[in-house]
Amino acid sequence: MKNFLALILTLFLGFLIMSSLNNNIAFPKFGEANIGDRVSDAYIDRDVTENPGDVIFGETDGLESGPANIVTAIVADYRSFDTLGEVTVLFVSALGVALLLGTKKQKRLEIDFHPNFMLRVGSKALFGVILMTGIYISIHGHLTPGGGFPGGSMIATSMLLLYLADDNFRAKVKGFKILESIAGSLYVLIGIIGLIIGGSFLVNILDTGVIGELFSAGIIPIVYVLIGLKVGSEISNVIDNFLTEEGA
Amino acid sequence: MELINYVEIVVGVLLIVLAFLAINSKSLIKAVMFLSSMSMMSVIGFVLMKAPDVAVTEAVIGSGLVTSLFVFTLLSVRKVGNKA
Repeated sequence: MKNFLALILTLFLGFLIMSSLNNNIAFPKFGEANIGDRVSDAYIDRDVTENPGDVIFGETDGLESGPANIVTAIVADYRSFDTLGEVTVLFVSALGVALLLGTKKQKRLEIDFHPNFMLRVGSKALFGVILMTGIYISIHGHLTPGGGFPGGSMIATSMLLLYLADDNFRAKVKGFKILESIAGSLYVLIGIIGLIIGGSFLVNILDTGVIGELFSAGIIPIVYVLIGLKVGSEISNVIDNFLTEEGA
Repeated sequence: MELINYVEIVVGVLLIVLAFLAINSKSLIKAVMFLSSMSMMSVIGFVLMKAPDVAVTEAVIGSGLVTSLFVFTLLSVRKVGNKA
């Protein structure tokens, strides 16, 4: 009876949502929205020059922001302050995990799982591939989908694979902590340099270059590499804290 | 209807079925696996809706990190339970 009532309630709520979304002017069908009415259009056409003309991949230079991936332009340039807040949220969560679980003398958690030969060899082969993919995604954040957050998480996943493959493996956590603080401080430092030179926090002070090249889009690749390093080392720290316990 | 519409419908139905299984399965490790496959299906959904950035993040975090952390947690919890 309880399940039946839950089913009825869910179907009723679903009917309400579907009927309110159907034929609603604010929610056009997928792919039929008029982009001219949206905020994103202003970002796409934005340029400091009077008449930018058509933006051609690999030829146009001197754009205001300049990355080929427009999501990156918003995340790491126009709304970079939000990204700084996100990085801070991740830092606070890693700090909380370290406060709760980090102890002075640590050893690996003894779990009822022992890797066999295939897992040990296979994860050593896969480790490099996953690590390089993570670094590639971090560096090419302004050209291809992805960026600092997925790239850093992928780096942390490769560390997790090493933990999975070896019962006694422990990463050099101290190096991760130093890397994380250096990356975070450099991000804020870039913002302060922008404040001094450009007049506002985290403003794009460098030359934006030709759209579509690796060295383009000003500070965006630098910021995304820093975010990738910070996220990767932070999540690796969290994984290490989860998989260790107190003891000699 | 084109092929892509059929793929969208299949992905949507699979999402609902996998979410239902993840909530209702008795074994915890099976629930984690269903959750992981639901993440994979939503990755396909994000790609179909032309949001590759979100798809990459979901693939790494939803199917990779969260699943492995859940599995590790389940393994260590079971061990403590055996000891007591």
